[in-house]
Amino acid sequence: MPTLKNTVARLSFKWTPGRITLAIVAAVLVAGLLPFVKMSLIVNGVFLGAIIALGAIGLTLIYGVLNFANIAHGDYMTMGAYVALFLLTGAFPAFGIEGEGLGPLTFGYPLLIALPLAAAVVAAGAVLLDVAIYRRLRQRGVNAVVIAMASLGVAIALRGLVQVIWSGETQHYPREFRQVFRLPLDVRIPPDSVFIAVVAVVLVVGVYLVLTRTKMGKAMRATADNPNLALVSGIDTQRVIRWNWIIGAGLAATAGVLLAVFQAQLLPIMGWRFLIPLFAAVILGGIGNPYGALVGAFVIGVTSEVSTQWINPSYKPAVAFAIMIVVLLMRPRGIFGDSG
Amino acid sequence: MALLEASRIVAGYGETEILHGVSVTVDNGEIVTVIGPNGCGKSTLMKAIVGLVQVRTGTVIFRGEDISSLPPQQIVRRGLCYVPQSANVFPALSIRENLEMGAFVRDDDYGGRIDEMFELFPDLAVRPNRKAGSLSGGQRQMLAVARALMLDPVLLLLDEPSAGLSPAMTNLVLERISEINATGVAFLLVEQNAREALRLSDRGYVLSAGENRLDDAGHALLDNPEVARLYLGG
Amino acid sequence: MDAIGIVNYLVGFAIMAAIYAVFALGLNVHWGFTGLFNIGIAGFFALGAYTSALMTTKPPDPALFEDFVFGGNWSETHFLDLGIDLWFFLGLAAAAAVCGIIALIIGYVTLRLRDDYLAIATLGIAETVRLFFLNEKWAANGSKGLYRIPAFLEGWVSPEHYDYLYLVVVLVVLSALFLAVERAVKSPWGRVLRAIREDEVAAEASGKNVFRFKLQAFIFGAVIMGVGGALFAHNIRFLSPLTFDPLLATFVIWAMLMVGGSGNNRGAILGAFVVWGIWTGTQFLPGIFSDPNFRFFMIGVLIVAVILLRPGGILGEERRITRAADS
Repeated sequence: MPTLKNTVARLSFKWTPGRITLAIVAAVLVAGLLPFVKMSLIVNGVFLGAIIALGAIGLTLIYGVLNFANIAHGDYMTMGAYVALFLLTGAFPAFGIEGEGLGPLTFGYPLLIALPLAAAVVAAGAVLLDVAIYRRLRQRGVNAVVIAMASLGVAIALRGLVQVIWSGETQHYPREFRQVFRLPLDVRIPPDSVFIAVVAVVLVVGVYLVLTRTKMGKAMRATADNPNLALVSGIDTQRVIRWNWIIGAGLAATAGVLLAVFQAQLLPIMGWRFLIPLFAAVILGGIGNPYGALVGAFVIGVTSEVSTQWINPSYKPAVAFAIMIVVLLMRPRGIFGDSG
Repeated sequence: MALLEASRIVAGYGETEILHGVSVTVDNGEIVTVIGPNGCGKSTLMKAIVGLVQVRTGTVIFRGEDISSLPPQQIVRRGLCYVPQSANVFPALSIRENLEMGAFVRDDDYGGRIDEMFELFPDLAVRPNRKAGSLSGGQRQMLAVARALMLDPVLLLLDEPSAGLSPAMTNLVLERISEINATGVAFLLVEQNAREALRLSDRGYVLSAGENRLDDAGHALLDNPEVARLYLGG
Repeated sequence: MDAIGIVNYLVGFAIMAAIYAVFALGLNVHWGFTGLFNIGIAGFFALGAYTSALMTTKPPDPALFEDFVFGGNWSETHFLDLGIDLWFFLGLAAAAAVCGIIALIIGYVTLRLRDDYLAIATLGIAETVRLFFLNEKWAANGSKGLYRIPAFLEGWVSPEHYDYLYLVVVLVVLSALFLAVERAVKSPWGRVLRAIREDEVAAEASGKNVFRFKLQAFIFGAVIMGVGGALFAHNIRFLSPLTFDPLLATFVIWAMLMVGGSGNNRGAILGAFVVWGIWTGTQFLPGIFSDPNFRFFMIGVLIVAVILLRPGGILGEERRITRAADS
């Protein structure tokens, strides 16, 4: 496979002179701009980055192990958000599980139950889609880009399904108005954002522990690193792939629910629109590198949020795209990848 | 009964057939070397035996069982391990993690086996948390062999273990192979350094254009003038 | 509906199907012959349509409270009047040129990299173009849209028969593009493209500058898409950013190429007519089948089904004798 070398998961990082220069330039730029930037935008960017991170980590893991760009990843997010909507407005009330305004949060305790359930449903769906579609294509030995093509079909079908079931109208979770936390420097933090950050931190740490401490996690990294050697080492690559989808799609669904909370609305196109920041974060961090995706997510989140100080906020995806293009021009394998 | 008996293997990639009916056997505790010019199908033969390349016709019998259509994971479990020629470590994983991956199919505690590997290859024990990608060529080769030994195989297939190594390093690797062989592990080697490899081999095969050409005892092949002229560089 | 109504409906259908066939041809150059994964067709579609529309439309009329600042007014410019509306072809050319330039930039950045980076970059371009035309009212009137786009050869025939004329125009342009693409892919240049698609490493090893060939193919396909966009603009004669929804400006075109037969120009055209027929035909069906959301869902299913069950589409890739003679 010609692209194998590029997909190798890079989990090591070394400070080379080039990287040090890059870091210094970035630090000077950031420090120089900082006095002109509203603190609240940076804080908001961090929360947005947390959501991007959850999506991007899953995307980069799948990219690394299966070697294709999962165009449907954004729609796995959408699915997660809508499955949670169904649970919160359709299924749970039938059992008397209802409520909003849990403490300072806009939503109620049912969301805490709906979140893992939605993640589980989407993860199961992703495994089924793999068996029904992607595994067959892999066995046929088709080019990775054809598999990406199939994932485009999946993305379209999923969004159509969401619209058939839930209509294309804007919707939202049951919510109650809540005051924001007011901090110095005119920073306002909606309590929901604190919840988002906590969930993201817990999951990112969880994924880190799985990848570095468990046998399956190490096998996932090994398979991303060198699929053929994984095969002859006796690693059950089918199981690795299954776990990859479970973790990747589960994280995506969680990100979808959090995005719906963050934006206080659900739209069928929300996940598709999120693809650009997701891929920008993945490419920034180097494909197959979950730690890189994490850093990339915060860079994209903060930059696109801060850009709204000068640029029309609806250009946020375009800003993420522009950052990605600049990175591709300067460091095609991401900021943590080998240069060249 | 032979430990491994591959008979009349036909295999290849896509529409190209590389092996046109190759047979090799390995007995318990033997070292067997396959030599031949580039492109004669040595590596493909290895891959066909371990299940990475589909065996189209012919059979691979290992310890009395037909393994010709088993996937690699199943073959590995039966005690037949393989070290590819290149890309034979997980560069992003640490030395210790590489060894753990070698033991993936083991459900028992393999900590003792890792310690044995560190004894056998002291170089690897210096910094077990070092990433495999940062090792030298020789160290990588050691790690690759150690990884394959984690399952306590009865037969180890090594594809060009000395590729890209200095002569001193090559000797060291071959020395280790004899040592491991002394503990009862059989070897099937493919080697460019045919002279050195044949010296420590019990038997050898000469392949050419995907077919068996000759087979004989290791020293006999070394003494064969035709083999010497064609494959051993004069 | 009486007989004339049906004929008029079919003519209107055929115009749109033929315009889509132009896009399918462009996508075939990208994907079918070269393996370039463009999921932002909508971006080139919009650029082509807006370029030709802005060049040919009258400047903004203060009485109408229009927000855009520039209209080329080519349709009223007399030096372009040679008895036939030459401006129309200049509009197509301008659309093609703008798309070609954007493709050059995007391709230059991404085509040296992994195949799927192009997908992400084209997606980004499509989104950026959409946001640009939505937010920058000065450029093309924002969400109010452009609605005074001139028609080609208007006045030659009575308005109720104009569609017949435009169908002929579109079919002529489609035929010309079809012949151009056929010629190109059957030339040595086209053989290199297919070699790249089959095995990039081998093509590189045999001394071909893979990057340059891919870039040329990407620009060529984008130019065709630009022409398609311009044809569309002068047919509908109204453009707004909402026109270029990814469903009808990207996804449906993918379905057309996949169904008709990727790598086959006749297949691309056939696929455009078949899929557009299914898409518009199903609106007359009862129940869920006419639900646009359900049809959206089915477009996705159709793409996956073709990849899984019949990767060659209806016609499959043409077997080319030239190739056998080559090897």
